[in-house]
Amino acid sequence: MDKGDPMGFEFPSDAWIKELSDHLNQSASYERSAKDWEGDFVFVVEPDEAYAETAYLFLGLHHGKSTGAARVESQDEREAAFVIRAPYSIWRKVIEGDLDPIRGMMTRRLKLSGNMVKIMRYPRAAQEIVACCAEVPTDWT
Amino acid sequence: MWHFVSPEIVFGEGALDSLDELRGWRSTPGRALIVTDTTLLELGLVDRVRSRLHTAGMETHVFDAVEPEPSVQTVQRGRDVAEEVAPDWIVGLGGGSPMDAAKAIWVLYERPDLEPADINPFVDLGLREKARLITIPTTSGTGAEVTWAIVLTDNVEGRKMGLGNRENVADIAIVDPYMAAGMPPRLTADTGLDALTHATEGYLCTWHTDLTDGLCAQAARDILRYLPRAVADGDDLEAREHMHHAATAAGLGFGNAMASLAHAMGHALGASFHIPHGRAVSLCLPYTIEFAAREAAERCVNLVQLLGLTDGQRTGAALALADGVRHLVDEVGNPTRVSQLGIDRQLFETQLEKLIDDAFSDTQMVTAPRSPSYQDLRRLFLCTYTGDAVDF
Repeated sequence: MDKGDPMGFEFPSDAWIKELSDHLNQSASYERSAKDWEGDFVFVVEPDEAYAETAYLFLGLHHGKSTGAARVESQDEREAAFVIRAPYSIWRKVIEGDLDPIRGMMTRRLKLSGNMVKIMRYPRAAQEIVACCAEVPTDWT
Repeated sequence: MWHFVSPEIVFGEGALDSLDELRGWRSTPGRALIVTDTTLLELGLVDRVRSRLHTAGMETHVFDAVEPEPSVQTVQRGRDVAEEVAPDWIVGLGGGSPMDAAKAIWVLYERPDLEPADINPFVDLGLREKARLITIPTTSGTGAEVTWAIVLTDNVEGRKMGLGNRENVADIAIVDPYMAAGMPPRLTADTGLDALTHATEGYLCTWHTDLTDGLCAQAARDILRYLPRAVADGDDLEAREHMHHAATAAGLGFGNAMASLAHAMGHALGASFHIPHGRAVSLCLPYTIEFAAREAAERCVNLVQLLGLTDGQRTGAALALADGVRHLVDEVGNPTRVSQLGIDRQLFETQLEKLIDDAFSDTQMVTAPRSPSYQDLRRLFLCTYTGDAVDF
């Protein structure tokens, strides 16, 4: 299996989500597409054959900027309006651009908790986040 | 992994007669609630449907308050009517507005715990406990008879809402060309061009599949061939029938893939300047094809071959496709640029930022074969105003 960039940031690590946060804050396209967005996320990485643990990544998002990011110990450690859960291999497909996140949610491969209507009003922002994910050099464990 | 959803489709001349066989499945003899508008009531199309349902022994009730671009508030009133009537069948009769309203009324009748805004593709709705849905289109364009999308307007917040869930696709779609045979030329053109945009974008969008490509290509080919005839002579029933079927095929195609940039831009244009949906999206379509040329060259080659289009004055499949679309739009008397709609350039430019923001927040934007930047989108909108070809 391709391990990605060995000099990159291990997914799902604290360094990886912080790097994503930095990329978002440098992205004018993301800032414009999410200029009215309010709502933090927790991404839950569930174990599968490629990854044995459950990991929780917090990403603060407010008005087109990332307000902070960290790997946390549980879903409840940081309050978040939205929680997206998926197995590790599905997250890899999203991050590598092989699975559109909206399509992933429609087929229930990504499970979203939170205000669905709000998410549907910011499809371009979701696309820009994925674009920033692809820019993060990633080392797949 | 993906899904292909479709109702049972009864189509062709006499398809409406199939209602004679309809039976109540929860009550005897069965009750139907027809969701429609006053125009169709006046035209006698509602009576044609009621007559068939009465032949089947069904009790019928009519909710005819659906307005163009139906509102959340109208749908909530329709839900109240459904709760009083307790129908086995809800019948969406009309163009896209009554059919969309019928879908939403059905969901809310089944799930009184939900608000319209809760109808989204990410949840399980658990429908078909109380009623089932029949759709009967009276225009040849929207495809709403076979799609699960619902567009409602929230009059309180003043915004359009793109809703829907795979479960809320109709159980039966009755696609009878005679139900659309009375459309006047302008409505025939606008709705037919809407169907062409569905077919073309369904083929070119990034969510297209092997199962949708054939439907989209066949629909586009028939629309190119038959729409001018249907507009020129409304009594040309061969053209009417092919157009009616093409609109449904296009609906199946794009409804199981997605629309794309022309819809995102057309929705924005329509909302700002009150342009009919089909007119707005088809005006944008050639420009978005030209813009996509760089990223979707092979798809354009395939579609041009399937459509039998040949290169015109400009070389390249995408440009031939854009020219073919533009020629058809012009041939049926529709505008090919915004300036032809009588919209002042200064007014248009004052709306540009809103147009861009609205297009970017449209769900159809994410499936564009080439994703525009904000600057690209600004230039694209300006091209739609002036009629200049997209060369960037």
